[in-house]
Amino acid sequence: MISFAPTEDQQLVIDTINRYVREKVQRARHDADEGRSYANNLVQEGWRLGVLTSWLPEEYGGVGEEHSAVSAAVYAEELAYGDLALALHIITPGLFGLPILKYGTAAQKDKWLPKLAEDKLPGLTAALKESGWDYDPLNLRTTAQKSGDGYILNGTKVGVPLAAEAEAILVYANDNGSTQAFIVEKGTPGLQISERESLMGLKALPTYEVSLKDCGVGGSTRLGEESGSEICQLLNLSRVTVGGLAVGVARAALEHALGYGKERQAFGKHIAQFQSIAFMLAEMQMELDAARLMVWEAAWNVDKGHDATRECVLGRQYADEAAMLVADRALQIWGGHGYIRDNPVEQLLRNARSFAGLTGGAML
Amino acid sequence: MIDFETPEKISSQLKVLEQVAIHVMRPAARYYDEHEHERPWEYIKMMWEGGNNAGYRGRQQPGSGEMLSMTSGSEKGEGPRIRNVTLMHTVEMLSYGDCGLYLSTAGGGLGSAAIEAAGTPEQKTRFLERFSGGEPKWGAMCMTEPHAGSDTANIRTTAKLSEDGKEWILNGDKIFVTSGLMAAQDSTGFVVVWATVAPGTGRAGMKSFVVEAGTPGMKVIRLEKKHGIRASDTAAIHFADCRIPYDNILGSPEVAGADAKSSKGFQGAMKTFDATRPLVAASAIGVGRAALDFAKEYLTKNGLTVRYDAPPGKLTAIERDVMRMEAQLRAAWLLILRAAWQMDNGISNTMEASMCKVKAGEAVTWVTQKAVELLGHEGYSTKLLIEKWMRDGKINDLYEGTGQINRLIVARRLLGYSSKEL
Repeated sequence: MISFAPTEDQQLVIDTINRYVREKVQRARHDADEGRSYANNLVQEGWRLGVLTSWLPEEYGGVGEEHSAVSAAVYAEELAYGDLALALHIITPGLFGLPILKYGTAAQKDKWLPKLAEDKLPGLTAALKESGWDYDPLNLRTTAQKSGDGYILNGTKVGVPLAAEAEAILVYANDNGSTQAFIVEKGTPGLQISERESLMGLKALPTYEVSLKDCGVGGSTRLGEESGSEICQLLNLSRVTVGGLAVGVARAALEHALGYGKERQAFGKHIAQFQSIAFMLAEMQMELDAARLMVWEAAWNVDKGHDATRECVLGRQYADEAAMLVADRALQIWGGHGYIRDNPVEQLLRNARSFAGLTGGAML
Repeated sequence: MIDFETPEKISSQLKVLEQVAIHVMRPAARYYDEHEHERPWEYIKMMWEGGNNAGYRGRQQPGSGEMLSMTSGSEKGEGPRIRNVTLMHTVEMLSYGDCGLYLSTAGGGLGSAAIEAAGTPEQKTRFLERFSGGEPKWGAMCMTEPHAGSDTANIRTTAKLSEDGKEWILNGDKIFVTSGLMAAQDSTGFVVVWATVAPGTGRAGMKSFVVEAGTPGMKVIRLEKKHGIRASDTAAIHFADCRIPYDNILGSPEVAGADAKSSKGFQGAMKTFDATRPLVAASAIGVGRAALDFAKEYLTKNGLTVRYDAPPGKLTAIERDVMRMEAQLRAAWLLILRAAWQMDNGISNTMEASMCKVKAGEAVTWVTQKAVELLGHEGYSTKLLIEKWMRDGKINDLYEGTGQINRLIVARRLLGYSSKEL
């Protein structure tokens, strides 16, 4: 039955996140970007909302809700409406945990999932992305070579969030033509974490280049061991979550554009009273709404267990582009003032660019 | 719960309509494009007898086909409210068959939509019951005038009370009346005429009136020759001292009051658009999907399939085009479903109705133009229907308000501005 209303439970979570981002995150966003980090207690408070790990089974200390891609997209939007860097920070342990939940062996689950129930954001992250215009998660350059009972990993990953603090990294590699994931613990010989990256946006989020040089890991580190994991499913989950994040960024930008348009005066009226501005705003709202529905539908298809790659790719792309369009136009509406870092929209434009791009997604 | 499952009732109806679209409408599409002012009677009768009357057939007899009837909300308490969502699907499918033929389908059309939105219960019964039987009939809306389209408050057609107060006397010229010939002259239908009871007062004086087919003083003076949707008649209608009963003014007595203090009449007109704009948008998607499906099939036959999960940098330009075409149509369709779902659930949808209309008008225009481009000379040839779909599609960015006036409506709602402020 067609419906566009979140459930009451989802709405409660949305409201909880909304309160947190409005009262805390949005106020801190500018300084965090300039200072390249969020106050630890703000991050921990976001983590303790627990919204992104509500799927953690009770036996591992969670609340044991069924994982829902729709919920993930909806909550991601709300978090990114606060700030994308912080949203990604809080989501990061999930990039490690969710694949374990979906494909991990009992031993892998027992070892790692309880950490997601902890009060403190656990040092768990994932390394998928590689450098280059032709980066292809289905055909990675990083390789996993079978060696005895274990594997030898070789390659370089980029944009790995929170890698320096990570106790373990889920590293994706090309295992005989199939993309598989390997749990690489801190201190494994051959695992090297570079200096922190410096990016155009997401400055408050520490990201790193991670290189693996003849990095030997045991057979038990392969996600799902012999059964392995399905990268296509994981990518689809990631696409709809990232799509939700993009919608959140667009929403923040639109809000600032609307506010400024109704406040700034020119030629004796508010600039939003000029059709050139008003039409931009109408189109921004239209593209934002369309993007959200595209993401929701893709996520719904994932939850239904449909083959949803097409919907996820198109939804993700749509949301990426909407975020760029809305953020760019928001800055345009602010005029020269939009270009000034003391004002809120230039940060949103830098963050919005982290989505799309030829590589199909900066972070994930 | 956020849900995109098409209700079983709709999908089974769509299967039937798809057969009509492919086996009845498509084969007739070119003929009526080339024979502009001929009526497709075979199609009209088939649809009418099947109880499927495009757009708003109006009041339904129990048990009659109701795929295309339009009301707000559902029949009393029977299951979930899906009337408008259903209507969007059916209009989309018929337009997938042929948009011009769909528009020529008998039924209450925009005239009934206006009565549904603004009429009293008595008026709904009096005017809409006719659509549940007998010979095919049409309802139509007379809004646009030669000098005023979206600027409806500047309508010059007048309605004056007769000296005995028992009749309204209409004078003026209306153009772009969809199915105007069928509604005003060639069936026992009616037209709804927007006119002012107090010239110079703008919106306050705007009222709507039902004029029965064949009323003396009402005359179709021209059928337009159009870029597309040629199977549909688009009439110009002249009103010269056209007298109609007093209670043919739409709405309650206070609305109908000729003192022109209230703009409720005008608001009634605008409320009609909340319902009809998503329909136009749905029709747009049908045309766009026809072109996209055809183009994709053509490309597949020629060895090109879209690799959705390839690295974007490795996609060909045509793959990117096709992906964008799909995404644009889907995005517009979802906006339409949302506007319809809102209507079904009694949620105000003025902004969303205009928004889906903007998006769909733009999407179908671009998608069909792109489809002609992708198919090269074949696309441009009248041997295929692609070029026709491009011509048909464009109307959706024009009627029921151009993309621009609908952007303005979205902007006003979004910003909380009145029409004086923006």
